Amino acid sequence: MTKEEIIDKINSVLEEEFEVDKTLFLPDAPLMKTLDLDSLDLVDMVVLIEHNFGIVLNNSDFAGIKTFQDFYDFLYEKLN
Amino acid sequence: MHRVVITGIGAYSSIGKNVEEVADSLYHGRSGVGLDPERKAMGYRSSLTGLLTLPDVRDFIDRRRRHTLSEQGFYACVAAREAFTMADIDADYLDQNEVGVLIGSDSSAAPIINGIDDIREKGTTLLVGSGSVFQSMTSTVSMNLSVIFKLRGISFSIAGACASGSHAIGVAVTLIQSGLQDCILCGGAQEVNKYSVATFDGISTFSVRENEPQKASRPFDRDRDGLVPSGGAATLVLESYESAMKRGAKILAEVVGYGFSSNADHISIPNVYGPKRAMDMAIRKAGLAISEIDYINAHATSTIVGDDNEAKAITEIWGDKTPLVSSTKSMTGHELWMSGASEVVYSILMMQNDFVAPNLNFENPDENSARLHIPALTIDKKIDVFLSNSFGFGGTNSSLVIRRFR
Repeated sequence: MTKEEIIDKINSVLEEEFEVDKTLFLPDAPLMKTLDLDSLDLVDMVVLIEHNFGIVLNNSDFAGIKTFQDFYDFLYEKLN
Repeated sequence: MHRVVITGIGAYSSIGKNVEEVADSLYHGRSGVGLDPERKAMGYRSSLTGLLTLPDVRDFIDRRRRHTLSEQGFYACVAAREAFTMADIDADYLDQNEVGVLIGSDSSAAPIINGIDDIREKGTTLLVGSGSVFQSMTSTVSMNLSVIFKLRGISFSIAGACASGSHAIGVAVTLIQSGLQDCILCGGAQEVNKYSVATFDGISTFSVRENEPQKASRPFDRDRDGLVPSGGAATLVLESYESAMKRGAKILAEVVGYGFSSNADHISIPNVYGPKRAMDMAIRKAGLAISEIDYINAHATSTIVGDDNEAKAITEIWGDKTPLVSSTKSMTGHELWMSGASEVVYSILMMQNDFVAPNLNFENPDENSARLHIPALTIDKKIDVFLSNSFGFGGTNSSLVIRRFR
């Protein structure tokens, strides 16, 4: 998958799962705050990523992810 | 001791998605029973069930809070919202007062089975998701209602088999009478899915009259062959008389008696004297003469022994001059954990609308039911006092006496 394809797909998945308008998903926007995620939501994020991209993350993988751009880069790296 | 009044009721059942629809079904003797072909494919002996659809609650419950809701939790949220609205209790009131929640619930099967299936398939617990654990617990409904509606008083579930909903009301009454709580949302909730009653089907308790689904639930009828499982949710707002008066709430009825007992006998076969003791206690606590009971909403589930022994217990108390007796399970099927609460709601609807709902499919009495005054058709009648029976596995019994408010 290209990075653009990953971004398109993850934005749609996040919008549907967390019911937040994807126009708010700016590259520099803070991921956790924009999506209003708590610790339980991160558990569901792991399920979501496995279901849609076939990769299994750990909660600790999110430690270095601050922005949407960080998240896109992280997924691109994992998938390639 | 405080008087305990009912100021709101709500229901989501196989015979209606709100109390107005339910009242109409009760009056017209409409059945909510049908078939679930998936059960047959799974290996059930009977595919008969009450039929319900999952309500859409997105307009008042956000994603995070929906995520931890079990199927029966969805039903309970709709019923709770209806009861609070009727009681004129809004979010501001709940924010400023300690309102409790006690829900009758004795299992939550589907989330456990689905969760374990996921773990087995994926080989890890990491992919089961965060909602499963909160949907799986016996207290799932009370804990979710507490979080969603901001109920900051007492919160737990009452697990008393098929008397759970009735005991939940009884325990709420006791807490309010004693002054420990002013207002409690109570009730019962029951899931309706192919996992919920599979092991129950395994003991051959369900009717197999699958060629006539709406005739399958026939409590007290000579040709009954078992119960029809069903579910949904029913809720009531109970509060002290003082609390209701202070709020200026409209009072629907008063709970005047709660009686309970255990058979301490067979694990599944009910007897006569346990239920009789529960009824005796409820009437004694109400301070009423037996002649003052206008209507009995029977537990009668449509099983041979259960209906027989309840009929005998009623006859032991009233002799041959029984009040009108009907089992609304003839329309709804057996709503299990929910039934003790829903049948109080159904009876209040009869009280409000001056009728006794029919005991559907009561075509031929047997030796014991012939001694009861059972209407096969709707009767227009003013009810001032009714008694509602609920009995459960393990021989737990609960009887409630409710009086028109005066």
